[in-house]
Amino acid sequence: MELTAEEQAMVDGALGVPVQRAIELQIEVGRFYDAKRFVPVTNVHMMGDIEVMGDGGLEHLRCLAEQHARCVVNITTNARCFDFAHVDSLKQDQREAEKELQLIGYLKRMNVMTTDTCINYQTLYQPHLGEHVAWGDTGTVIWANSVCGARSNFESGPAAMAAAMTQRVPEYGFHLDCHRKGTFVVDVQAELDDLAEWGALAKLVGESHQSYFAVPVFTGINRAPSADELKHLGASLASYGSMAMFHMVGFTPEAPTLEAALGGNRPVETMTIGNADIERVFASYRNPSGSCNFVVFSGPQLSLFEMKYLAGLFDGRKVCGGTTVFATTNNGVLSAARKLGYARQLEDAGVTILEGVCVYILQNLTQMRAANGWTNMISNSAKIVNTITAHKFNTILRRTRDCVDIACTGAFR
Amino acid sequence: MSTPLLTFTVDRAFGPVAEGEAVVSGEGFSPRYDLDRWTGVITKPGHPLEGVNIRDKILFFPTAKGGIAAGWAFYDIKVKGIAPKALVFGVTNPVMVQGAVFANLTITEGWPCDLRECIKTGDTVRVTPAAKTIELLARK
Repeated sequence: MELTAEEQAMVDGALGVPVQRAIELQIEVGRFYDAKRFVPVTNVHMMGDIEVMGDGGLEHLRCLAEQHARCVVNITTNARCFDFAHVDSLKQDQREAEKELQLIGYLKRMNVMTTDTCINYQTLYQPHLGEHVAWGDTGTVIWANSVCGARSNFESGPAAMAAAMTQRVPEYGFHLDCHRKGTFVVDVQAELDDLAEWGALAKLVGESHQSYFAVPVFTGINRAPSADELKHLGASLASYGSMAMFHMVGFTPEAPTLEAALGGNRPVETMTIGNADIERVFASYRNPSGSCNFVVFSGPQLSLFEMKYLAGLFDGRKVCGGTTVFATTNNGVLSAARKLGYARQLEDAGVTILEGVCVYILQNLTQMRAANGWTNMISNSAKIVNTITAHKFNTILRRTRDCVDIACTGAFR
Repeated sequence: MSTPLLTFTVDRAFGPVAEGEAVVSGEGFSPRYDLDRWTGVITKPGHPLEGVNIRDKILFFPTAKGGIAAGWAFYDIKVKGIAPKALVFGVTNPVMVQGAVFANLTITEGWPCDLRECIKTGDTVRVTPAAKTIELLARK
């Protein structure tokens, strides 16, 4: 890689050991992808919690903090594995919770803003067309690239921290024009109303085209999608397909036309998705045990609009005895939802609202599942029915209204 | 050094030379979706490798799935002593690469052909990142 004088000084250790280690990591990754140079970034979003990093990661952060590592770009954190108000009620491990508090302390010492949200793009920062950022989780990245026209690769926790310390990333992948063009076309002939239907569409597209560098171009969308619909579409594409970008002709900034979205690429395929295909997704989930005592609205965290809609569906109803319902969101949305009464409506119905977390990364989830007799997890999020599987859940995707009915009646549908 | 039965060239590679037993999967991989990160056993119901322990194995996956977790997870499982020796992906994503570099774990991307047809679980293979080669050393 070509290095500027400033970057060479970082490599030589002139800016301290943490910066030196950070740029060494970035150079190795850049070499892997044949990056020619670095590009500056203006915003960083990182994943860092004890469930994902373990004791090894915690020790790494402790060393960085003791070496006076400091992030010099605004950097926010993704959802974490504890809502500290619910550690006891969820029977999570107190020692791990203490480690999480240590971890948060180290991050704060390094100038990290512990915002604990996976919907930074809805609540914290909206990068503009062409702006280079370094984001993770994957749902945030696909939003930045697709909806904002900003530029980011998937940046893991250590890589994002490195970017925040060096103020740059190696230029490869979605920082380059050549990888941002559509590679195949998805003609949508289905009527998509519920968030779960947008996620189901993405499951069909992502699962059949798993590749980081596959960029679907959606055509045929006959109305302006809402931000939450695009959120579920993107998060699910990233989850099932490991994809980091999509275009939607007429709606996303780099797709005013199909030709512009393809940018000269000849699409390798045109797939058509109709209503029957979406129905087949819902029909594909099985419930051999008949159990439906765990319903989840999470992954990504809920926007204020989702909280309002969900509160309306639960209004005047009660969650069935023996059933647990989780809804997750961030501090900002929850504060507004409390002020506006949505949180109260949900809690009155028996919904547990968790702040700053996502269900699939909750510490102790496997043990929690076993202790509560949760064999199935029912959700309107296509992403979470995919991401939670290592904890041995049988997962079932259902529309939002159906999830609420299942939660309140105990009857599977 | 053993003479290879077959040699394949990959597109990209990082890490130290790794030699060991191959585990070949028909399905992609995510340490978050598929792996119990406390035992090293693949636990996702229905995964072709469900029940397989990845410790010290050389893993062949056609694709990567998800997910940002690999960035910390590879380092975590290495510290826990349950990491594989190498990851040989058909197509991967930057998180896998960042995580492997952070953990100094061997990783490659880009298959010259469908390696699942040429290398089987239980075969002995060697990965040499500097030469960007995968060598089949012995059949099971």
